[in-house]
Amino acid sequence: MTKIENNRAWWLVLPVFLMVAFNALLPLMTVVNYSVQETFGNNEFFWSGTTWFQQLLHDDQFHDSLKRQIVFTAVILAIEIPLGLAIALCMPRSGRWVSVCLVLLALPLLVPWNVVGSMWNIMALPDIGLLGKGLNALGIPYNYTRQPISAWFTVVLMDVWHWTSLVVLLCYAGLVAIPDAYYQAAKVDGAKPWAVFRYIQLPKLKHVLTIAILLRFMDSFMIYTEVIVLTGGGPGSTTKFLSIDLVQKALGGFDLGPAAAFSIVYFLIILFLSWLFYTLMMREEAK
Amino acid sequence: MALELIDITKRSGADIHIHPTSLVLPEGSFNVLLGTTLSGKTTLMQIMAGIQQPTSGIIRFRGKDVTGVAVQQRNVSMVYQQFINYPNFSVYDNIASPLKVAGMSRAEIDRRVMAAADLLRLKPMLKRRPSELSGGQQQRTAIARAIVKDSDLILLDEPLANLDYKLREELRDELPKLFAGRNAIVVYATTEPSEALLFGGNTATLHEGRVTQFGPTASTYRTPKDLQTAQVFSDPPINTAPVEKRGDRLLLFGGKSWPAGAAASRLADGRYTLGLRPHHVSPLPVSGVSGEVEGRVLVTELSGSESVIHLDVAGSTWVSLSHGIHPLEVGAQARLHADVDRALFFAPSGERVS
Repeated sequence: MTKIENNRAWWLVLPVFLMVAFNALLPLMTVVNYSVQETFGNNEFFWSGTTWFQQLLHDDQFHDSLKRQIVFTAVILAIEIPLGLAIALCMPRSGRWVSVCLVLLALPLLVPWNVVGSMWNIMALPDIGLLGKGLNALGIPYNYTRQPISAWFTVVLMDVWHWTSLVVLLCYAGLVAIPDAYYQAAKVDGAKPWAVFRYIQLPKLKHVLTIAILLRFMDSFMIYTEVIVLTGGGPGSTTKFLSIDLVQKALGGFDLGPAAAFSIVYFLIILFLSWLFYTLMMREEAK
Repeated sequence: MALELIDITKRSGADIHIHPTSLVLPEGSFNVLLGTTLSGKTTLMQIMAGIQQPTSGIIRFRGKDVTGVAVQQRNVSMVYQQFINYPNFSVYDNIASPLKVAGMSRAEIDRRVMAAADLLRLKPMLKRRPSELSGGQQQRTAIARAIVKDSDLILLDEPLANLDYKLREELRDELPKLFAGRNAIVVYATTEPSEALLFGGNTATLHEGRVTQFGPTASTYRTPKDLQTAQVFSDPPINTAPVEKRGDRLLLFGGKSWPAGAAASRLADGRYTLGLRPHHVSPLPVSGVSGEVEGRVLVTELSGSESVIHLDVAGSTWVSLSHGIHPLEVGAQARLHADVDRALFFAPSGERVS
C-alpha cells in the first residue's frame, strides 16, 4: 500500500523536476558540453578536455574584467547598502507621505534596463545632456566617452540611481516590522538614538540586509544591459565587466568552447561568493 | 509617599482617550488596571511613566510635580505583552543593560544581575540569546530587566497575554513574590478579572477611558460602585436583567416574579437593573431565597471541575458557572436557580443601590 502512494508522489514531483530541468539543468549541461569540445563549424565537435579552462585562467583579458567586476561590485555595495539603509531610516512610518515615498522609490525599479542605459546615455552627453553639460559648465572636465574616470562615475551613478530603491524598500519593510514596544523600551532604558540603531534596528534588520546584500551582489556581478547601452564597455575596455567580456567572446568571436568555459567559471564565481557572503553573515547567528 | 494622578486627561483631536482621572498609588503597592482592549490601560500606564504626556492634569511622585518629566529622568521600568529584549545581547547583558546605562560598577552590576537571574530562575541561560529561549524565558528576561534597577515604578502591560496556559500560570504565581518587599509601585494591566483577583492588591476598573472604581481588589469585586465596574470585573460576564420591585416580589422576564430576597428588601419600589454573577446561578437548588430562570440551553462548557451553561432566556443570554459536571443537552429546556440574596441592584443611572 505504501508503495502505491510513493509512486504517486513521484508524479506530483515530476512537473517541478521538468521545469527545473528545462530551466537550469539542460542549458547548463549544454554549456558544459561546449566547454570541453572544439568546433570548426559544420556541427563537428572534437574533444578538447580542459584546454579552454586552462586558457581562460591564463587569459589577461579575463583577469582584467574580473578585477574590474570586483571593484565595481564592491563600490556599488559600499554605496547602495548604507545609502539605502539611511533613506529607509529617514522615511516616515505612517501618514500619507508613506505611499508617496514608496511610489517615488519604486519608479527606477520599473524602468526597463536598456531604457535606463539610454536615459543616462542622453543625460551624460557632454554637449547636450543635463549631467554632462552641467558638470562641464561647473568647470569639471567630464566626458564619459573619452575619460575612464567619467565613464566609471556615470556607470556607478546609474546603478545607484537604479537599484538603491530596492535596498530602501527591503530595509523599510524590515523597519516597519519592528514593534513599537522596542522603541518604547529603549526610551525607558534611556538609550540614545545611536544605541537604538545599533542594538535594536540593526540586529532586527539583519536578515533583510543579508537578502539585500546578496541580491545586489548577484545582480551587480552580472550587470550587462545598462552598461552596454551607456558605454559599450569603453572607453577602451575600462568599463568592460565580465558579462560584456563573455558576450563579446561568445557572439563577437564565435568561440563557443572558450565562451562556455568562461560561463561556467563565471557561474561558479557567483555561486561561491554568494555562499561565502551568506555563511559569513549567518555565522553570527549560530554562535 | 506615592504616585498621584490629579485630574489627568488625554485627548487627541476630538478623541478622548482618558477622561478626568485621579488616582493615588501608595509606595510598595500592587495595582491592577482591569479593562477590555482599548479601555485606556496602556495610555494610562504611559502617562504614569512619562512616555506620553497628559493633555491636562498633574502627576506627582513623592510629593514632587513630575508632569512633563521625560521617562528617562524618572526611575521607571516597563514590561510589555511582546517579549522585548535586545536581540543580539545575551540574557546576562540584557538584564545588565539598564545598569550599564546608569553607569554602575562592574561588581555591583554582576551582583544585581545574578540576584535577578536567581529570582527568575534564569541562571542556566545567562549566556544564551533571546532567540534561543522559549517565550516564557524571554519574558522572564524582560521582567528581570525591569526589576534589576530598583525602579520606583514598575509597569507591566499584559505581560502574560502572549504566553501559553502553563507558563502563564507559573509566572502568575511568581510575580507577586518578586515585588513583595520592594518599595516600588507596581502597576499591572490585564483584561482578565481572574488575574486581578489572584494578585489581590488594588484594582482600578477601566471602561472606555474612565476609571470606574479604584480600591482594594476584593472590595472592588464584592461591592462594585456601578454596573460598568461589575461588568468589567466579571468573567464570565455578569447576568443583567431589568426588574421592577413591587412589595416583596421582583417582577422580571415578562410576567415572571421572584421573591425579593435579602438584597432587595432594603430597596424602595421601582425599576432597577438586576445583576447576578454567573456563579450565583446554578443548575442545582440554592440554599437561600431562590429565583427560577428558565430557557433553552445554547452552550455548555465542561471543564474538569466546573460547568458553564449559557441559557437563552426570552431573547437574552444568561450564564451559569457551577461546580461539578452538569451535562445539559444543547437545545433542551433547562431550569436554573438564581441566588437572589446575592443579587446586585443598580439604579437606572447605573449606580449600585444594593
